[in-house]
Amino acid sequence: MSRVQTDLVNVPNVEVKSILETQSLTRRFGTLVAVDRVSISLSPGEMFGLVGPNGAGKTTVIKMLTTLLTPTFGDAWVAGYDVVHHAAQVRRVIGYVPQLLSADGSITGYENLLIFAKLYHIPRGEREKRIHDALSFMGLEEVSDKMVREYSGGMIRRLEIAESMLHRPRVLFLDEPTVGLDPIARRAVWDHIQRLRCDFGTTILLTTHYMEEADELCDRVAIMHLGKIAAIGTPTELKATVGEGATLDDVFVHYSGYEVDTVGNFRDVSRTRRVARRLA
Amino acid sequence: MHKPPTLGIGNVLTAAFNFTTDTVTIAELEARKLHHDFTELLTRAVQPALWLLIFGEVLAQIRAIPTGQLSYLDFMTPGILAQSVLFIAIFYGIAVIWERDLGILHKMLASPAPRSALVLGKALSASERGLSQAVIIYVLAVLIGVHINWSLVSVLGVLFVVILGSALFSTFSLIIACLVRTRERFMGVGQLLTMPLFFASNAIYPISIMPVWLQAISRGNPLTYEVDALRSLMVVGGGSVYGILVDMAALMVSTAILVLIAARLYPRVI
Repeated sequence: MSRVQTDLVNVPNVEVKSILETQSLTRRFGTLVAVDRVSISLSPGEMFGLVGPNGAGKTTVIKMLTTLLTPTFGDAWVAGYDVVHHAAQVRRVIGYVPQLLSADGSITGYENLLIFAKLYHIPRGEREKRIHDALSFMGLEEVSDKMVREYSGGMIRRLEIAESMLHRPRVLFLDEPTVGLDPIARRAVWDHIQRLRCDFGTTILLTTHYMEEADELCDRVAIMHLGKIAAIGTPTELKATVGEGATLDDVFVHYSGYEVDTVGNFRDVSRTRRVARRLA
Repeated sequence: MHKPPTLGIGNVLTAAFNFTTDTVTIAELEARKLHHDFTELLTRAVQPALWLLIFGEVLAQIRAIPTGQLSYLDFMTPGILAQSVLFIAIFYGIAVIWERDLGILHKMLASPAPRSALVLGKALSASERGLSQAVIIYVLAVLIGVHINWSLVSVLGVLFVVILGSALFSTFSLIIACLVRTRERFMGVGQLLTMPLFFASNAIYPISIMPVWLQAISRGNPLTYEVDALRSLMVVGGGSVYGILVDMAALMVSTAILVLIAARLYPRVI
C-alpha cells in the first residue's frame, strides 16, 4: 500500500503544536481517583506509551480521550478538538481498539470491516478497495471470509487494528494491544503497528503493562501509578534516571513502587484472564 | 474555539441521511449474524407453538372466554404473535450487555454514529427477530385452521406492527440494560416484567372481562395497542377496539420517547 497523505479536511482551524494534549485530566469514581491530574502532550506522528500495572488508570485515560467517559476535572484535546465539547468531531478523527476483544465472532472478518466502513461513511466507491487494502496490509486476505470466531488471537487483534484504521484516523488508541498473545503473535502485531505508523504517519497512543513492548515500540513512555504520571520520557532517558544498565522493568519498579499483590483488583485480573481465554 | 455548524436545510438533510444509513448499518449487522446462524430463529418457534397448540386448543374447547363472533383460536393467535415478539424484544437488552462485555459497544460509541442511530438500529435488529416470529405464527395459524386475512395490505400491516412492537419493547429492554448493567440483574428484571406486561393486556382475553383496576393498567400498556392492531389486521372479522390509527399512534409515540431516553442512557452501560 502506498503512502497516504493525512486527511487535511478534518484539520481544525486552530493553531496546535500537539495533536493530543491533556491538562490536569482527572476522573473520579465515587471516592476513588482513577486518573489524577494527568497532563501529557503528543506531537504528530509520535508513538506514545502509557505503562503501568492493572488499575493504574491507563484505560480510564483512553476512555476519556475517546469520549466514552467525561472527565471529572481538567481538559483534553484531540486534533485540536475538545473531548467534551466537540466529542462528535473527536470521534471522526480517532481510531480505537479497546482492551477487550471487540471483533464480532459471529460474522466474517470481511463483514466486520464492511460494517465499520459504513459506520465511518467511507464512500461506496472506495469501500471495497479500503477493506481489501486493510486485509492485505494485516495479512488477513486468506481468512477474510471465515467467521471471526475461528481466528487465532493474533489474527483477531490484527483485524481490529485494520478496522480502526479504515477511515485513516489521525490518532489511534490501542488499549493493551497484545495482552494474552503468545510471543510470536505479539511480534506480528508489533510489526504491523510499526508499519502502520511508517505508512500513514498516524499518531498512536497505546497502553501496555509489558515493558519490552513499550521499549520496542514507543518514542516516549509515561509510567502511571495510582492514577498519576510517575515518570515520563524516552525509554533511554527513563533508564538513565534509574542507573547504569537498567532495563525498563527496573524503571517501572522504581517509579511505581510496584509490588506483587498491591495493585490490580479481582475485576481487572478476571477481565485480563477472560481476554486471554478468548485468545487461546 | 470552533464555530458551531450552521443550521441550514442542507445540513439537516445530510444529518437525516447519515442518521438513516447509520441506523440501517446497525440493523444490517444483525441481519448478517442471523444469516450465519439460522437455527437460533427456529428454536424460537417452540414457545408460540406450545401456547397455540396446547393452551389455545384447550381453552377453545371449554369456551370460557367471551370473544364475540371470533373463535377463541382466531382471537388469541394475534395475541400470541404479540407475546412471542414481546418475549424476544424484552430480553434483547442482554445483547447490549454482552456487547459491552466484549468491547464491541465501546467501539460503536467511539464511532461518529449518533447514539440515537445506534439505539434505533438495535431496535430494528430486534424487529428482524420479531419478523421471524410472524412467519412462524402464520405457519402455525394455518395448521390449526385460524381464519387468516390474506389481503396484501393486512399482511404488510401485520409485519409493520410487528416491527414497531419489537422496536418498542427492545428499546424498553435497552433502557433496563443501561440501568442495571449486569446480565444477572437484567435477567431478574426481565423476568419480573414479562408476565405482568403479558397478562395485563388483551393478548389472550378481552379487557372487558378484567377487574376495573386491571383494565386501567391494561389501557396504559402498549402491548394492548399492539394486540389490538394485530387482531384487526391479521384475522378475518378481527375488528379493532381503539381504532387502528390510535393503535399505531400509541406505538409510534411510545417508541420515539423510549428511543430518546435510551440514547441518553446508552453511554452509561460502559
